[in-house]
Amino acid sequence: MPRMVQNPTSLDAVETVQVDCDILIIGGGNAGCFSAVEAAKLDPSLKVVIMEKAHIMRSGACSAGMDAINTYIPEGKTPEDLVRWCRSQVGGGPIREDLALSNARELNESVDDLERWGLPILRDAEGKIRYRGAWDISIHGEQLKPIMAEKAIEAGARIYNRVACTQLLMDGGRCVGALGFGVRDGKFYVFNAKATINATGGAAGLYKSYTADATDSHHQIWMCPYCVGTGYAVGIRQGAEMTSMEQRWVATRTKDFCGPVDTISVGYKAPIINAKGERIMKQRYAHLGADKAPRYIRANAPMEEWLAGRGPTYCDTRGMEPELAKQMMTDYLNERPSFVLFLASRGQDPVKEPIEIYGSDPYIVGGHTQSGFWVDMERMTTIPGLFAAGETAGGNPNKFVGGCAAEGKLALRGAADYIKGLELPEPDAAQIEAEKARVFAPLLRGEGFDGLRALEMEERLQRLMDEYAGGTSQFYRTNEERLDYALKHLAMLREQTKYLAATDLHDLMSVHEVIDRIDVAEVLCHHLKFRKETRWQGWQTRADYPEVDPAYDCHVESRRNMATGEIETFTRPYEQLVPGDRYKP
Amino acid sequence: MPPIVDPKKCNGCEGREESFCEEACPGDLMYVGADGKSHCHANRDCWDCMSCVKMCPRNAIETRIPYQLGYHKATLKPIMGKNSITWKCTDIHGQTVTYKYRNRLDIED
Repeated sequence: MPRMVQNPTSLDAVETVQVDCDILIIGGGNAGCFSAVEAAKLDPSLKVVIMEKAHIMRSGACSAGMDAINTYIPEGKTPEDLVRWCRSQVGGGPIREDLALSNARELNESVDDLERWGLPILRDAEGKIRYRGAWDISIHGEQLKPIMAEKAIEAGARIYNRVACTQLLMDGGRCVGALGFGVRDGKFYVFNAKATINATGGAAGLYKSYTADATDSHHQIWMCPYCVGTGYAVGIRQGAEMTSMEQRWVATRTKDFCGPVDTISVGYKAPIINAKGERIMKQRYAHLGADKAPRYIRANAPMEEWLAGRGPTYCDTRGMEPELAKQMMTDYLNERPSFVLFLASRGQDPVKEPIEIYGSDPYIVGGHTQSGFWVDMERMTTIPGLFAAGETAGGNPNKFVGGCAAEGKLALRGAADYIKGLELPEPDAAQIEAEKARVFAPLLRGEGFDGLRALEMEERLQRLMDEYAGGTSQFYRTNEERLDYALKHLAMLREQTKYLAATDLHDLMSVHEVIDRIDVAEVLCHHLKFRKETRWQGWQTRADYPEVDPAYDCHVESRRNMATGEIETFTRPYEQLVPGDRYKP
Repeated sequence: MPPIVDPKKCNGCEGREESFCEEACPGDLMYVGADGKSHCHANRDCWDCMSCVKMCPRNAIETRIPYQLGYHKATLKPIMGKNSITWKCTDIHGQTVTYKYRNRLDIED
């Protein structure tokens, strides 16, 4: 898409483009592409549009590729077994077992689709899929994103690349599409749809990463930094119910380069050790499953060592057969290629020297942990007409690639069913004009405006969240007083967004990204404040309530009161559907 | 992390409405400047996914580890085949390792 040569000089100079369709998909990632393919299978006459902030061939979390599909049900195991494992990975829940089960029943077919479309899945000499853990299989997924995107295009979806979503289009309480702007062409886009599937990425950059102070390392983080939580923010602003936002994803990552560690510790069985050479998981977490302890325990364990003065911590790769080490490097090249470059820039051979590990900055993701929209079985949110899939849909952790793909299909089926007999209303002109003015205002402040840059506010937000809402520098701990402080200052940040000024369209995108991050951060802090216990160390640690409290064995929910603007929190009960010991896989 | 563009090799994908690196970048970071060469808006905002490096038809882009994190200088270069990718990595001691693997299966029609 060609770039706009000059910034618009007035709001009137901004062209408005209206696109009518049956189903709008916000975000052409994993879930979004699968939704588009499913639409063509279900009813080729459906008019499907994908609104994508980047270019769908290499966008978002999958842009660098993937080295594994973390959930594929092997022969002899059932979807119920997968749900039991999923539940145990989050300390026995509470999770939405109804959602988890329906995804589990679909996900193998989605992975098989990927293979049919050209994704190499590694197999042994007998042609059997090679597992590297109980549920995860190795792939050569460098081309994963282009493969998915090609199929979405082939399915006939109309793709609008480089259009950033800023708001939902509403018709009373019902969602009838979305609004946004072209980050290259500077146009204002009105997508008018009978149903909308929110399939954006999760939220990165709410917290400061510990390498952010180093020049050129602001985005040395694990989750795609261009996924900022817009999908959540647009729903939060319309009063959608959000679930489990306090269950943050924190992962053990390679230190100074936020690369995946499960690849080494689980896939290549390199044990986690501390500075004294002690096998941490075996020595301190044997009662929780040692090296197979739930993910949040494994994420938190190295940080506890640092805090106790026993850091650095490592994955002990020493003595690994060189051929195996090369295979491990190949895995990295499939997913985070520059980690191989990072090791080379340290002159490090992992066979001789262990790989240092540390905790990541926290993320809000519905594909790994369970933060996101409260959805029904059709994946409709509490806003009629708005569906959610993948990272945005909450309640169902450990979806990963296969589960997000499956959910994209389920959401599409839900949306297709919902639109039967529905007419497309004429979009509300006043709403469109108001949003257009809000979106472009930071670009039209005029010369001499004494304002703020997006980067300044982003860094203020990230430091605030890091220090007061349980970031890496605080070893993920927070308490009531710190959260109150964070909420007070988040309100001040929101008030100050009127001073944000943009220099060009790229910068305008950054301005709206920081506004979205503030809205997600506020909800996150309310959730952390509500859960007065520590249920998932690292993911959710309350220094003032260090134990699990049975009173909070429930889903924590929130929604914006549209009359007062306040975030209100409440609970929903946990329902165990799959029998068995909740705490065991 | 910084994508480094070699101005001697880069021609801004002359004749294309948009250069390949501009198209590939998930962060909208690459652009062709008035000099007809590709540039990065902000090195600090790069996620080092290497999508631009893989897409560049003239091998004009390199991903570099910021010095604050890694020493001078290692290189990692992908060579894209039809169904495979070859990576060549040289560390700070001059040791080179090559990795090649299939990244696409033959697709059913």
